[in-house]
Amino acid sequence: MSANNASDLPTVSDRLAKNAMRHASERIIEMLLFAAAAVSVLTTVGIVYVLVSESINFFQNVSIVDFLTDTQWTPLFDDAHFGIMVLVSGTVVSSAVALAVAIPMGTVIAIYLSEFAKPRLREVAKPVLELLGGIPTIVFGYFALLMVTPLLQKIFPELPGFSLLSAGLVMGIMIVPYIASLSEDAMRAVPMSLREGSYAMGATKLYTAIHVVVPAAFSGLAASYILAISRAVGETMILAVAAGMQPNLTWNPTEPAATITSYIVQVALGDLPHGSIGYQTIFAAGLTLILITLCFNILGQWLRRKFRENY
Amino acid sequence: MQHSTLTAEQVRALIAKGKLKDTLFQALGIFFLGIGLIVIFLLVGDMVMRGAERLNLDFFMNFASRRAANAGILSAWVGSLLVMTVTAFAAVPLGVAAGVYLEEYAKRNWVTEIIEINITNLAAVPSIVYGLLSLGIFVYAFGFGQSILTAGLTLALLILPIVIVSTREAIRAIPAMIREGSMAVGATRWQTCRYHIIPYAMPGILTGVIIGLARAIGETAPIITIGALTFIAFLPPAPFTEVSAGVNAGLFDWLMSPFTVMPIQIFNWTSRPDPAFEINAAAAGFVLMVMVLSMNGIAIWLRYKMRKNIKW
Repeated sequence: MSANNASDLPTVSDRLAKNAMRHASERIIEMLLFAAAAVSVLTTVGIVYVLVSESINFFQNVSIVDFLTDTQWTPLFDDAHFGIMVLVSGTVVSSAVALAVAIPMGTVIAIYLSEFAKPRLREVAKPVLELLGGIPTIVFGYFALLMVTPLLQKIFPELPGFSLLSAGLVMGIMIVPYIASLSEDAMRAVPMSLREGSYAMGATKLYTAIHVVVPAAFSGLAASYILAISRAVGETMILAVAAGMQPNLTWNPTEPAATITSYIVQVALGDLPHGSIGYQTIFAAGLTLILITLCFNILGQWLRRKFRENY
Repeated sequence: MQHSTLTAEQVRALIAKGKLKDTLFQALGIFFLGIGLIVIFLLVGDMVMRGAERLNLDFFMNFASRRAANAGILSAWVGSLLVMTVTAFAAVPLGVAAGVYLEEYAKRNWVTEIIEINITNLAAVPSIVYGLLSLGIFVYAFGFGQSILTAGLTLALLILPIVIVSTREAIRAIPAMIREGSMAVGATRWQTCRYHIIPYAMPGILTGVIIGLARAIGETAPIITIGALTFIAFLPPAPFTEVSAGVNAGLFDWLMSPFTVMPIQIFNWTSRPDPAFEINAAAAGFVLMVMVLSMNGIAIWLRYKMRKNIKW
């Protein structure tokens, strides 16, 4: 091929046409990619739409005042009562037990890994915690029902076979890895100079950790606690297996009780016709659940902004 | 001028006290870490001991049964496998595309901001809510019914944030010179993504996908919520096999079949009063744990390899 044979070279207009085509296909690809990113927004819209529209149907049959103040939850009986506080009490008690275990344990592990542990130990400990966090919740439910409950019954012989206590304890263990891992990240992000300043004043490692590192990382710690609360409130299978599923308005963790989530499971296991009042209750319960987690997320964002430290 | 009068003796005592507190705290930290490790060992150990007598080939090849000794997990593991296939086929393209868009294309404006805040918030939504979403949308509005397709899509939405976040992190680790080099020789933005960014980010994406699928395979609540059955004594129709006289199943008929999955089978067995089923629950729980832990193990190993090998 000779260089001055003009017909072998693409003409200018050909090149422009190719450019234009490339441009068009680039635009189409960009739009497809954007559509994929928009699916997550559609998911949120879908969740809100489904929960709100079914709940509106529900609240046409049941007054909101009854929903919030009634002390019985018997939606499938002839004498139907719809007091959501019954389910909320189970959720609050089990979450409180879980957090009482998870927050101290998770925080201590995080401080230990970030301030005391040698890098080698940290390299091993973090994956182990990750494995613990990856265990399916149904397996944790089995663990709570068939191992933790019998163990607790040896200490408290009057403990029933289903209880919020054993479910909550196991839920706490399940949540520890989330708190430990997020809090550790937050504490490791605290600049070394702060610690060195503290050591230079003669402070011990523990004193430095508690009085310098933890306050400096507080916004990150708060975020991890808020995530832990969301996990506890939304946890389902451990409670469905180990806490019993009878609605029970109680603040006593040694009793069995249903939670918002285990009620949804119980209804879904039965065969409820689409559009019946029983079908609508699980969406009203789901809406309550989402509103509770939303409140905590807003609180978390406020805490983060209030305590954010910039270095 | 007042001086605090500490003798050398007192200072030494003070230091010793501080050191003792440090040591005690370290012991507490190790103790709490140990609890986590012990729980894993206790769980696996208990399930192996209790379920050992069921862990044979028959257990994998038998359907669920009313008699505990004959019951197996055939329909459960086949169901889990098929649901995971649907989940992977839906979540991987969507998640990778969304991650590529947010890192390589998106302009810093309010639309992008909404998408990003939204992904963060979706990760904190309780999984059972995804079940309610898909009960309302997939089961009734789209008419997919209580099928493998519905379950797979539900779990795909659930793990989408995990896939997107890991894709973005993997892409962010690729230095700008790779993009500049590609574009300098005339590649378009998509060609840069297709031939450079996505291949180089692949190990990171794969790690995220495996962690996501490990989470999905253990999820119970959303699958129960869409109304999956707990007692299934048949397999979904394999493509091109005879389902009834003279009628062959189509290539995708299995998508619409009723199903059960491993976690639901375990839940069913733990909630029966007869203790003979506890043995089955233990054996099935062990099988599920092996699946989940080995998937997580592969992901952790992959990440470790990656961190060691890649030096830009």
